[in-house]
Amino acid sequence: MDNVTTAEGIAHAEHAGHDEHELSFLQAYVFSQDHKVIGIQYAITALLFLLFGFTLMMLMRWNLAFPGRPIPVIGNFLGMANAPGGIMLPEFYNQLGAMHGTIMVFLGVVPLAVGGFGNYVLPLQIGAPDMAFPRLNMASYWSFFLGGIVMIASFFVPGGAANSGWTSYAPLSVIATDGQTWWLIGMIFLITSSLLGSVNFIVTTLQLRAPGMSFMRLPFFVWAQLVTSFLLLLAFPPLEAAGVLQLMDRVADTSFFMPSGLVTGDGPLEISGGGSPLLWQHLFWFLAHPEVYVLILPALGIVGEIVANNTRKPLWGYRVLVASVIFLGFMSFIVWAHHMFLTGMGTTISTFFQTTTMIISIPSVVILSAMFLSLYGGSIRYTVPMLFALAFLPMFGIGGLTGLPLGLTAPDIHLHDTYYVIGHFHYVVAPGTIFALFGGIYYWFPKATGRLMNDMLGRIHFWGSIIAINCVFMPMFVTGLAGMNRRLYDGGMQYAHLQGVLEWNQFMSYGAWALGFFQIFFIFNFFWSIRHGKKVDDNPWQSTTLEWQAPSPPPHGNFTTPPEVHRGPYEYSVPGASSDFSMQGQAPGAEPAKV
Amino acid sequence: MEIPYTVEARPDTGLNNVKLGIWLFLASEVMLFGGLFSSYVLLRVGAVEWPQGAEFLNIPIGTVNTIILIASSVTMVMAYASLKLGDFAKYKTYMLATVLLPVLFLCIKGYEYWEKVSHDHLPSHSTFLAIYWTMTALHGIHIIGGIVVNGYFWGPGSKMWHIKREMFENRVEAAGLYWHFVDLVWIFLFPVLYLL
Ligand code: HEM
Ligand SMILES: [Cu+2]
Repeated sequence: MDNVTTAEGIAHAEHAGHDEHELSFLQAYVFSQDHKVIGIQYAITALLFLLFGFTLMMLMRWNLAFPGRPIPVIGNFLGMANAPGGIMLPEFYNQLGAMHGTIMVFLGVVPLAVGGFGNYVLPLQIGAPDMAFPRLNMASYWSFFLGGIVMIASFFVPGGAANSGWTSYAPLSVIATDGQTWWLIGMIFLITSSLLGSVNFIVTTLQLRAPGMSFMRLPFFVWAQLVTSFLLLLAFPPLEAAGVLQLMDRVADTSFFMPSGLVTGDGPLEISGGGSPLLWQHLFWFLAHPEVYVLILPALGIVGEIVANNTRKPLWGYRVLVASVIFLGFMSFIVWAHHMFLTGMGTTISTFFQTTTMIISIPSVVILSAMFLSLYGGSIRYTVPMLFALAFLPMFGIGGLTGLPLGLTAPDIHLHDTYYVIGHFHYVVAPGTIFALFGGIYYWFPKATGRLMNDMLGRIHFWGSIIAINCVFMPMFVTGLAGMNRRLYDGGMQYAHLQGVLEWNQFMSYGAWALGFFQIFFIFNFFWSIRHGKKVDDNPWQSTTLEWQAPSPPPHGNFTTPPEVHRGPYEYSVPGASSDFSMQGQAPGAEPAKV
Repeated sequence: MEIPYTVEARPDTGLNNVKLGIWLFLASEVMLFGGLFSSYVLLRVGAVEWPQGAEFLNIPIGTVNTIILIASSVTMVMAYASLKLGDFAKYKTYMLATVLLPVLFLCIKGYEYWEKVSHDHLPSHSTFLAIYWTMTALHGIHIIGGIVVNGYFWGPGSKMWHIKREMFENRVEAAGLYWHFVDLVWIFLFPVLYLL
């Protein structure tokens, strides 16, 4: 065994050296086909988009807190068409809102969670040398990048960026300014990117598992990514179809989504009519509901890894978790119309979707409960990644539980399109998913760089963020229940019934800016630690999964010796074992790998 | 480090990477056209009036085009079979037919489009024509994609047969699966648009 591995090791070393010799700077770092480089490219691009999307929101929060007052300093740079005299125009507010949603979901969270973490971690965790199709992987990143450029560029076309919400409801979006056409083209690039990515992830997971890596030995993170990829693969194409139809409506004057008899400020529309605005909503939500699970599943996967590692215990109910994730994936295709209860689609259809929505919350609750039970009786290490993972659990809990009243047709009549909905999904996505992603960055940073991120700065980042973010989103339940609608340019100032809750608008805005402030600690920490973080060995968290068996950072081809898997993913504190973690690649009876 | 199972099948899944990849890709394509066909159904059900296909479209021409595409599917199978039998010259002939038949299809389609344009039957005319143009054009793009891929495997790409024979066979097989799918879409499109 030893002889074989050394011989092979030398062969690989030679091979690797050979490769590096041939690669120019451009090939190695820009047009790289190595999943780790692509993962980092994805992650950094996505983090920049997250920052940009968040900045848009911080601007919007100014107008919500102080409607009609000039934005200090920044207002001067927004241009006459957007903010004359520094005062934000309603049209510009709509652009910011639509682009905030689009950027956060399609250019921020998903590319970071799937493109970034999926690409970097998944092949390592299953013991693969790379993704199955490295060139497609590169194409996927560049398609994403181009889509992002198109989206950002749309701010500079006449009339500005898309302004019909991230949902782009017709007929408004069809008669909107040119920015909407750019939005549709951008989306086609993003959909292509996710298609290439998802095929790659599924093939990699099914085909490139190391010897011994059976399905029930896959880390939970890999399962979460696998189901996510299926959702992306099957849910995005109908949106692509819808995007093509909307593009036709806009550029070829068709009426797929345009009913007869529409009148705008310029008089009756000269169109053939007879189309269906509801059709757009159906096609959009057929993607966008699975999309919300695309946002949450990788986060659950990351939290699972961090929780097991820091409780020094196996995840509670691994098989139940896997079954729940798969069931969730199936169910997420038949709940979409719970976003459309108020469209008049009929009570029979509503009742069906209400029922499926209640059913899908069962596996969600099971997963969350299993994570909480995993904590029970563990000797928890309160590392920075663990803090984020621990915060994720109740935050996701609040987000999920507030979804239940929305899924019931009767309360949704009151709650639909209010800030309550905004509160609901932000609890799932922001202190939920984004916190999990932060946790993941702190957790896998030493794998990618060989250095830890600074602990003190990490703790400041965590505590500041968790307090600030709750100041932003908790009051939304209050204002939403009071009847404050979403997408109001002035925060509802004109409504008599909202006068009592308006003051929360300022409070939430201060929360948002405080949240922005605490991200500075993260940004500084991230760049500083690349060079100056504390140097650590290959497995600083004493973890069990395969990625920690590779050198930090892993070389081209990942492993110095081809890994073989001998046990399940979370063998922590096995009775009788010589240490409190037994790595997946460690043969039975062998001493823990000296690292 | 080499990526495993690019050519040979993995024992426990019974597939190589290329084959699994192309099937997944086709699954997503099914969802794409599924979305469009569902839209067609919803729009038609909700419409006050909907023309018979024959009012606007030329059924004989459509039938000829259907036959052409089916023929190209057959030549595709023959091309792959010839490869498997080791007859490279025959492969070249059949593959050339597989490339040229859809070119003929596109020419005929182009004539149809031109006819529509000259009668002012543009997509903006009615929802029926809108869906006709959109779906046939999207299908046409898929045809062009197929011509490019098959043309590559007929021309420059076929050099691989002499170097990595098995890999080449796998690739032609994948291209064939895609090609059959594109034909299949037309076999749905033709009755739905022309006959119903
Ligand atoms: C687990 C149980 C969940 C239930 C029962 C649920 C239910 C709902 C319902 C019924 C709505 C529509 C409300 C309305 O517009 O009136 C909604 C909106 C939304 N939910 Fe959830 N949800 C759940 C989990 C999630 C998760 C995990 C995410 C994301 C990670 C999420 C993200 C969203 C988003 C983004 C919207 C708003 C979309 C928009 O209108 O812009 N939800 N949820
Ligand atoms: Cu939903």
